[in-house]
Amino acid sequence: MTLLSIEGLGICFGGIKAVHDVSFAASPGEVVSVIGPNGAGKTTLFNMISGVYRPGSGRVVLNGEDVTAMSPHLLARRGMCRTFQNLQVFQTMTVLENVIAGFHLQESGDVLSDLLNLPAARRRAKDAEAGARELLRRLGLERAAEREAGSLSYGSLKRLEIARAMALKPKVLLLDEPAAGCNAVETEEIDHLIAEIAASGVAVLLVEHDMKLVMRISSHIVVLDHGEKVAEGDPATVSRNPAVIAAYLGADDAAR
Amino acid sequence: MRLTPKSATLLILVALIALAPVFFPSGFYYRVGALVFVNALAVTGIVILTGWAGQISLGHAGFAGIGAYACALAPVHWGIHPALSVLLGAAASAVLAWLVGRPILRLKGYYLAVASLGMGILISMVLNNERALTRGPDGIGVPELGLRAVLKDAGLGLSNGQFWYFLCGIALVVGAWAALNLRDSATGRALRALHGSEVAARTVGMDVARLKLQAFVISAVYASVSGSLLALQNRFITPDVAGFLHSVEMVTMAVLGGVGSVAGGIFGAAVLTLLPQVLTVLAEYEQLVLGAVMVLVMIFLREGIVPSMLRKGRRREE
Amino acid sequence: MSELLQFLLSGVTVGAVYALVALGFTMIYNASDVVNFAQGEFVMLGGMITVFAHAAGAPLPLAALTAVVATAALGVAMNKLAIEPARGAPVVSLVIITIGASIFIRGAAQLIFGKQIHRFPAFSGEDPIRILGATILPQSLWVIGGAVVIFVGLWLFFTRTLLGRAVLATSNNRLAAQLVGINTPFVMTLSFAMSAGIGALAGVLVTPITLTAYDVGLAFALKGFAAAMLGGMGNPKGALAGGLIVGVLEAMTAGYLSSQYKDAAAFIIIFAVLFFRPQGLFGRQSTDRV
Repeated sequence: MTLLSIEGLGICFGGIKAVHDVSFAASPGEVVSVIGPNGAGKTTLFNMISGVYRPGSGRVVLNGEDVTAMSPHLLARRGMCRTFQNLQVFQTMTVLENVIAGFHLQESGDVLSDLLNLPAARRRAKDAEAGARELLRRLGLERAAEREAGSLSYGSLKRLEIARAMALKPKVLLLDEPAAGCNAVETEEIDHLIAEIAASGVAVLLVEHDMKLVMRISSHIVVLDHGEKVAEGDPATVSRNPAVIAAYLGADDAAR
Repeated sequence: MRLTPKSATLLILVALIALAPVFFPSGFYYRVGALVFVNALAVTGIVILTGWAGQISLGHAGFAGIGAYACALAPVHWGIHPALSVLLGAAASAVLAWLVGRPILRLKGYYLAVASLGMGILISMVLNNERALTRGPDGIGVPELGLRAVLKDAGLGLSNGQFWYFLCGIALVVGAWAALNLRDSATGRALRALHGSEVAARTVGMDVARLKLQAFVISAVYASVSGSLLALQNRFITPDVAGFLHSVEMVTMAVLGGVGSVAGGIFGAAVLTLLPQVLTVLAEYEQLVLGAVMVLVMIFLREGIVPSMLRKGRRREE
Repeated sequence: MSELLQFLLSGVTVGAVYALVALGFTMIYNASDVVNFAQGEFVMLGGMITVFAHAAGAPLPLAALTAVVATAALGVAMNKLAIEPARGAPVVSLVIITIGASIFIRGAAQLIFGKQIHRFPAFSGEDPIRILGATILPQSLWVIGGAVVIFVGLWLFFTRTLLGRAVLATSNNRLAAQLVGINTPFVMTLSFAMSAGIGALAGVLVTPITLTAYDVGLAFALKGFAAAMLGGMGNPKGALAGGLIVGVLEAMTAGYLSSQYKDAAAFIIIFAVLFFRPQGLFGRQSTDRV
């Protein structure tokens, strides 16, 4: 059963084809990884899927609905959420508040009851806080709950972003380099976490440079080079594909 | 029991308002106090808009003008009670803020600053030029609110200065309470979140344009009520209340005290309202000082006085 | 018909001034991404310093030169003292800083020059020239001519000189410009100096027609901004077109509708642009990077 399908997605920046005619699909419980050398268009692809960029061509279909170029906040309502390669944490808010922000769709009601602190608003805030604390515990961040998010280490911030995204209880979760900058222990934690999220029935889309991680947890891999899909399949198939080896050895000699 | 920052702020505010009169050498100081509260109320709106949502308006005095002239005109022309005129002005300000903000808040950066500046100047242009209605630049009288007489009949006799001091003080406490409620609510958290990262705010489902619009409308209502109270208190109002300089004053008060916190905004309003009263020689230098304060605070004390001091205090504790 | 021509002529005259102010906005915006709300104060200073230098006995050309140079120096000082220390600050802070600087300059002007309205004589007399039933002041020709000379001169500077190209390169990509060895702080200084100088020159040219006072700057800033926005922020051609359109619309409003509300024309333009074409007539929409 396909939950998310990407159909011939493409975009040009100033006449250069950053991404061209990429198609693949993801089902609940799957981890689909998008790999490729630097500049292959992975993040651009994510930006199109998540509504940050308007695709020049192609469609994004979520649960049977065409959601191409839909604003991210409407995608969130339909169950899609993402994290960012370059960290988009709410720096001046506390760690706890960051995660509560992920509960926005469940928590928000009318402004007037927020201004007057009516019981309904208080109840909503209390529920969101309880949910957020639970998520912080799951991600091992509970002791940092009251700290300003900007003071956290890079690895913790990565986890904080994942916690915030999980708060939405998404059906599709896009993770853009969740393990970048993390040490071996942290990477392993993230490994387990992703597996756990997928096992709960979420379709996970992953961009990641750590090939060991990718090969271990992906159910399906899509390989991009120069904005085009050059291969796809399960990890074993993809790792033997000559086009993939060429793409990595040819373009990215800082190979992992 | 540990006090939350919210109840601590409100408690200190109430205590200051209630106890300050003990030290007043003359009745004149009630008037100055009331002026501080009125300005602080408008600045609290700026804290919501600029401090939390990260949007800047250079035309909020326009809404104060609407609130003020609603109290001057509605009772005379339509026989509406002055107290209801305050609400009428607030409603008019909210509608105007919604109409102006809707298309503009989808855009980024300088656009709101310029559009709001233009809006403020248009409002003061109308107030200056429609003499048949507003009597132009010379100003217009404002009817008596009438509440003081009611209180007197009920056995609570207050001087005019005392009455306005406490009424404006109560208005400020209510305004600060609502703003602090908002801060830790879903809406307030979302406003602060979109200030931090709009793109992340969107991905967690926040309707960024709508939230900014809400902040703009709420802050317009604060400014409008502040203008109404000023008009009713002075029993007279001129178009200056809607002028560019008044808009700039609001922003300066907010950034001086600390635009990110309600307490900071109130403190900034108090300082910039009291300063000219203490140093009357400053009148000549008003613009010079205002401008210098804006530049210097933004360079050396970006968070404003109150948050900077709190941070220092916290560090010492640790 | 002659009435329409009359309004057109006066519209083009003020429009040329707005175009110069818009050009000042554009130059600083390109060099530093800052919208300098003090731009209008440069116009005020140009007129005001000329008045006082002239009154102190300097011949008019020397007084005008003094005003332009002094204002350019002030522009540089403003960049060094207020803008550079706040590099990287959010837009809100930069707006507050440049508004603060403009109020500071205005407050200082009020103290130094007083609150009166000032003027100095027109460059080549006050006898109106008749054209097809309409009249134009000789000073208007100075204004229009001055604007033409500046726009052509800048176009040559940007396309024909190495320094001009360095400025363009910096506005395109500051980091890349630094990497190829362009002294970007100097480019910033130069941009502030030039845009303040251009503003001052506009003030010198227009003061015999419109007179000057310490508080005229804000109106120039707003109308210049409206012009820059209409043309597309950061686009010199747009600044020229935008300035002329704002000027002509203002003159038409004053002529056919209401002179009290002529200033409203600029704001209506701002709102119309924001509603219908935020990128301006010549601008392109941009994509954010994440």
